[in-house]
Amino acid sequence: MALTKEITCHQAVALVSDYLDGALSRRERRRLEHHLAGCDACSAYLDQMKVTIALSGSVSPEDLPEKALTDLMEVFENFQRDRNDEGD
Amino acid sequence: MHYHATAHHFRGFVLWASTFARCNYPCAMDDEALLQRILAGDREAFVELVERYQTSLVRVARYYVKNEASAEDVAQDTWIAVLKGLERFEGRSSFKTWLFRIAANRARKTGTREHRVINLDPTDPVASARFNSQGMWIEVPAPFTDFIDAKLANAEVVEACREAIRLLPEPQQSVVTLRDVEGLSTSEVSHLLDLSEANTRVLLHRGRAKVREALEGKLKGGYSWH
Ligand SMILES: [Zn+2]
Repeated sequence: MALTKEITCHQAVALVSDYLDGALSRRERRRLEHHLAGCDACSAYLDQMKVTIALSGSVSPEDLPEKALTDLMEVFENFQRDRNDEGD
Repeated sequence: MHYHATAHHFRGFVLWASTFARCNYPCAMDDEALLQRILAGDREAFVELVERYQTSLVRVARYYVKNEASAEDVAQDTWIAVLKGLERFEGRSSFKTWLFRIAANRARKTGTREHRVINLDPTDPVASARFNSQGMWIEVPAPFTDFIDAKLANAEVVEACREAIRLLPEPQQSVVTLRDVEGLSTSEVSHLLDLSEANTRVLLHRGRAKVREALEGKLKGGYSWH
């Protein structure tokens, strides 16, 4: 007889994001791991979620509009000028 | 079918993903090194730092202010404050955390946002239609690493991921950007966005589930790996 209360797949997937962030209570984590051990489908879902998070972490920044870059260069030039003035 | 090789697949995947990596992985030059070069007057280093963070900065600012133009102003003020404060930055927190805190503080001051009603989005992130009445999968999901192992992956998948994040409604979009794209902790994200940690987690879960769904569609939909 299982000591851990069984959860359904539908309930399991709701726990996956918190599981990957280490944010589940010990009991919830045990329930989920128990479910995953016997469920290929939810293990696949867990894999999908890991890949999703890793992919998000590899999204590179968008190219900046020319205007934003020029403005920020000006910010930098001013900063340099102020520093040099202080230095004199 | 068995998925017990998942951990192994995943390591392989992370190696693959690191070829596209930005700063969640060791990258060409870390923030601290760029800061040193900026202090030495290196303009290129400043450009590199700006390019690294500007998109996310504008996004966080946009969360508080009423339009895109104000958000860009907030981002620009943030960079001015960063340059002014750089010599005093002690590196006790990570640069990234410091940067986003400055932006959030400035955006809050500028922001006209009244008492915000946080839209937690009550729709089920994984469509209930995918489960039967006993809560079991009707159509079983396939691990993404199977696809990714199949052939060397392609910037196209990363692009699909970016697009999926861009299409998320707020505040999911800001939460996913700060947590998963920038790699800040859930606690840092909740402070930056004035959300409780519990709400941040719910939003993260729903946002991630939507991005996952978009990728599933992409990978299933006859994606060709060359
Ligand atoms: Zn299951």
